[in-house]
Amino acid sequence: MQALYAQLLVGLINGSFYALLSLGLAVIFGMLNIINFAHGALYMMGAFVAYFLLNLGGINYWWALLIAPIIVGIFGMILERTMLQWLTGLDHLYGLLLTFGIALIVQGVFQNYFGSSGMPYAIPDQLKGGMNLGFMFLPVYRGWVVIFSLVVCLATWFLIEKTRLGAYLRAATENPTLVRAFGINVPRMITLTYGLGVGLAALAGVLSAPINQVRPLMGADLIIVVFAVVVIGGMGSIMGSIITGFALGVIEGLTKYFYPEASNTVVFVLMVLVLLVKPTGLTGRAA
Amino acid sequence: MKTRSLASFLLTTALTFAAAGVASAQDKTVKIGALSDQSGLYADLGGPGSTLAAQMAVEDSGLTAKGWKIDIISGDHQNKPDIGTAIARQWFDVDKVDIIVDVPNSGVALAVNNVVKEKNGVYINSGAATSDLTNAQCTPNTVHWTYDTYMLAHTTGQALVKAGGDTWFFLTADYAFGAALERDTTAVITANGGKVVGGVKHPLNTPDFSSFLLQAQASKAKIIGLANAGGDTTNSIKQAAEFGIVKGGQKLAALLLFLTDVKAIGLETAQGLNFSETFYWDMNDQTRAFSKRFSERMKNGAMPTMVQAGVYSGLRHYFKALEALGGNPHDGVKVVEKMKSIPTEDDLFGKGEIQPNGRTIHNAYLFEVKKPSESKGPWDFYKLVGTVPGDQAFTPLSESKCALLKK
Repeated sequence: MQALYAQLLVGLINGSFYALLSLGLAVIFGMLNIINFAHGALYMMGAFVAYFLLNLGGINYWWALLIAPIIVGIFGMILERTMLQWLTGLDHLYGLLLTFGIALIVQGVFQNYFGSSGMPYAIPDQLKGGMNLGFMFLPVYRGWVVIFSLVVCLATWFLIEKTRLGAYLRAATENPTLVRAFGINVPRMITLTYGLGVGLAALAGVLSAPINQVRPLMGADLIIVVFAVVVIGGMGSIMGSIITGFALGVIEGLTKYFYPEASNTVVFVLMVLVLLVKPTGLTGRAA
Repeated sequence: MKTRSLASFLLTTALTFAAAGVASAQDKTVKIGALSDQSGLYADLGGPGSTLAAQMAVEDSGLTAKGWKIDIISGDHQNKPDIGTAIARQWFDVDKVDIIVDVPNSGVALAVNNVVKEKNGVYINSGAATSDLTNAQCTPNTVHWTYDTYMLAHTTGQALVKAGGDTWFFLTADYAFGAALERDTTAVITANGGKVVGGVKHPLNTPDFSSFLLQAQASKAKIIGLANAGGDTTNSIKQAAEFGIVKGGQKLAALLLFLTDVKAIGLETAQGLNFSETFYWDMNDQTRAFSKRFSERMKNGAMPTMVQAGVYSGLRHYFKALEALGGNPHDGVKVVEKMKSIPTEDDLFGKGEIQPNGRTIHNAYLFEVKKPSESKGPWDFYKLVGTVPGDQAFTPLSESKCALLKK
């Protein structure tokens, strides 16, 4: 029983990353109608920016949490301005192919210079060590990841669903022409939204840097699972992606305990089941 | 009239055959295929570095100056046996490749092993670990260089059991390599009076090991054996430190650890790990000279791993055999027979031999990862702890299950 508690907690930790990443994807898909396959590469860039900040600029983890999402977010906005914006109104497939291509190029460039095994990034001193919870030894850093990402997820949900800015944003996706008539700069809002989604990916990257290696392929390994999470939660649903992210982390954790061989397929089995029963995803609206 | 035409026909045929025979004896073209994981979790330990090692072997052999024409092509098997065999087939059928080198990932390596035999090519495997390549699955076309799971078990595994680590829990990569390494290590543990108390099989390329590590922690085993490689090993070690496993009194056995893995983990976390390899760049003047030349040509300045060194030294030996044959007969079995008849000797692995089952025998070394304070340079990672002579490190012929030995 004790082992089970531990596995649940470990699942929640992984779920935090799924939630943060799928949240960014959901924001981008919900507002821009783009299936952002570059998300994994941008997550990886977040981790790399943190690495560079520390090793070249001597800037610590805490600042990296703030700076890396901004830098990568700006990179994302440049992508949106120069390339993605021309795809508005076209079939989803074009956005998917373009962003997938971008992801391959970004990963290729990083791999060329840094190889595949990646670089170490130390856990910040304040979060080193762990505490004994009785049923398991919890590294402080992992606890921090769960709490921090929960806060970020809920803040993003609040921003989009409960504030005036979020209302503009949602209105702009429903009917851009009308919103523009009210004097709101819709293209700029869309660019900023893409920047926000990308920033969330970069933030997840910084969070994961001390746990995983800072590796060029760290995002490629994760992105497929995260897409499954988004599909299960319902494309474009903010709350859906947060809840599914955490829930799938837990389910995967339990699989690792009961039948480890299936741990990297269980998410996809679930995805198939959900699609069979409810093709729009658990919380998705009908297309 | 009729008899005369028959006679002339026979004569021309005979002459053609004779001419062909002469041509093949003097044929001095060789095509090498470097098949590896070029972009995934094993790319740093083999990959582009192995192709570079192959190039250096060609240059250092001096054969081009003697009129040989040697080409190298490389391919990415992406750690998928079906892709690996498809590339190998195309190389033999279309590109007329004579020899395939490197091939990390035991699953792919075993699949390619069959193709090379079928096409009668030469196969010098340096990247894969499974000892099956020179046991149940041995072929007259295959030479296994550098290391294997038997050697890892009988060096690192044995040393740890003898030092008192008599209960083990395995974290095993769920494919041919992990299974072979766990099997060979378990044999060593039980033979030395130890016991395996449990284990988990994890999928290849797992980013998060915390769940498995908790199970290992709960098992109370003295040693947690990592029967995995590359990115999986580095992640296991890093995360084990995070969960306080070593501080809690359990010891990690990195059964297979490469130079690039230690670089990736960082000395802070990796210090004190015991493991074995057959090559380290900082062993003597010759290895240092080779490694310096190698590193200068690597994009990220990396020193060679033992896998890359094995590609180099395996090919050098292959060229020796071709020179002794006076040309390339394009006959894999014949070339490998010649390779087995010449003792191996080079700057990187020292003196050794290739056994009838295809296993190359040379020294193996026990290393310990240095403390950050002991390291004097960016690649100064290892302390030599002990040397295991080749005949003790690798499968004795009497134990080998290779069918070639029964002849």
